[in-house]
Amino acid sequence: MEIVVKTDEIVFKYTSQPSTDGEGENNETPPKLALDGVSIAIAKGEFVAVLGHNGSGKSTLAKHINGLLLPEQGAVWVKGISTADEEKMWEIRQSVGMVFQNPDNQIIATIVEEDVAFGPENLGIPPTEIRQRVDEALEAVGMTKYAGNPPHHLSGGQKQRVAIAGILAMRPDIIVMDESTAMLDPIGRREVLTVAKRLNDEGITIILITHYMDEAAQADRIMVMNGGKVVMEGIPSEIFTQIGRLKEIGLDVPQAVEIAHKLRLGGLNLPEGIVTGKQLVEALMNVHRN
Amino acid sequence: MSIEIKNLCHYYGKGSAFEKKALDDISFTIEKGSFVGLIGHTGSGKSTLVQHLNALIKPQSGNIIIDGEDINADKSRLKAIRTKVGLVFQYPEHQLFDMTVYKDVAFGPRNSGLSDDEIDRRVKQSLEMVGIAPELHEKSPFELSGGQKRRVAIAGVLAMRPEILVLDEPAAGLDPRGRDEILGQVKKMHETLGITVILVSHSMEDIARLVNRILVINSGKIVLTGTPAEIFSKFDELEAIGLSSTQTAYIMRDLRNKGFDLPPDIFTVDEAVEGILGAMGSPAGTDAR
Repeated sequence: MEIVVKTDEIVFKYTSQPSTDGEGENNETPPKLALDGVSIAIAKGEFVAVLGHNGSGKSTLAKHINGLLLPEQGAVWVKGISTADEEKMWEIRQSVGMVFQNPDNQIIATIVEEDVAFGPENLGIPPTEIRQRVDEALEAVGMTKYAGNPPHHLSGGQKQRVAIAGILAMRPDIIVMDESTAMLDPIGRREVLTVAKRLNDEGITIILITHYMDEAAQADRIMVMNGGKVVMEGIPSEIFTQIGRLKEIGLDVPQAVEIAHKLRLGGLNLPEGIVTGKQLVEALMNVHRN
Repeated sequence: MSIEIKNLCHYYGKGSAFEKKALDDISFTIEKGSFVGLIGHTGSGKSTLVQHLNALIKPQSGNIIIDGEDINADKSRLKAIRTKVGLVFQYPEHQLFDMTVYKDVAFGPRNSGLSDDEIDRRVKQSLEMVGIAPELHEKSPFELSGGQKRRVAIAGVLAMRPEILVLDEPAAGLDPRGRDEILGQVKKMHETLGITVILVSHSMEDIARLVNRILVINSGKIVLTGTPAEIFSKFDELEAIGLSSTQTAYIMRDLRNKGFDLPPDIFTVDEAVEGILGAMGSPAGTDAR
């Protein structure tokens, strides 16, 4: 198993008040540690969800993964390269693509395909290859037919898919999605998550930061952050069965988990580890049969 | 009746080649004291519609009548209308500006020329209403958490004593606890003060457990109206316009398809638990074998 992202006891604190952008690591009275000894390892091809309340350190961690922030103590390695190695910064930024919360802040060009071409153009890639990369990237996110359109007429989900295409055109190994579905309507969320899962199936490592528990339930692994530390880590069924602990730190569980929990309290003999609606339906059918 | 919208139309870029109909002949009525959810995909016209409700945007055609008064008929009444209809924008915490929480909330009442005593009473009541403790009153609003900031911003609107409160995605970007705090306070205000609430949200789960009536907007038209039970049973129609039913509703649909005898109007967790326990315990439930 190849480890593509590794952090070793990283510590970070914001020295001044960062911008109030609603994504907030800025919520506590400074100078509190935003990251307080975080050690994680993510394998190639994993789909990892990161949960935590506003100000828990999620976004700060995400910004360490492509070197937008550098740790005060400890170190971050992407594919074995330290993010502190300034000469390799471009290599790291090309390996790790970031998609942020607000689609309107990420699109710069006036035509969709020009926006997607922006990254590879800056890498100095020959025009014929740029053309090929842009076409492939738009195809991968299902936006080919909007290639010649102005982006401001697109829906939120479509804009986020264009943002993802822009990252794909850089041929990244890892995509970090920092609450990229927070501002979207239900179908926009579904579109973006479907694209993320498809890219993951093709081998791209996905790190999904989200407040939506139903999205996290679809990940291979979940990390829960609180007070700048990773406090829980495991597969979705291990995490979401700890309902009390999650609620204590301001989080929630998917509705299927909550229904299963309350049914158990109501006397039904359901197995542990139900996370999705599908699993709940199957478990209830088994109870019926027996 | 409280709010009456008649044949409201709004075009962006009217007369230009890019003319786009944002609101297309919208008519509906909202009764006083109701809690209404407004849902629709991004770009469907929700925000354009709610900005008409306190005359931030004037109708290009059609009327908005609140308590029998056409709100755009007399310019000198605008201030009174805007006091009556409080509008909380998306990310309202971006509008905080003053040195302290107290001063920020006092800004509106002070501009209305109220006495210091009245201002003080309103500020304290509004902050209490949104659950901001007195020890935070003299803090800078920028030192607060995301959820707290947003509640301070809502208190600023409440301090104007609106009769109608319109909230445009008040929980967007908040973590689950912050979301529950805000929405819990909104529900409490609706119940205790009898304020008419219009809630715009992308969370079908939040809408299902809070509101008593839903308006569904698509391409600038109101395409569905009804109770949560009526709206959230229309899976296909909702999906066709970029929305969805609730997580629970999908689980219940799957169970019904597998032969469980469950009532069709279950959309929230607690209803589901009750319904499933009933079905499993009843003879009808065992038929599913």
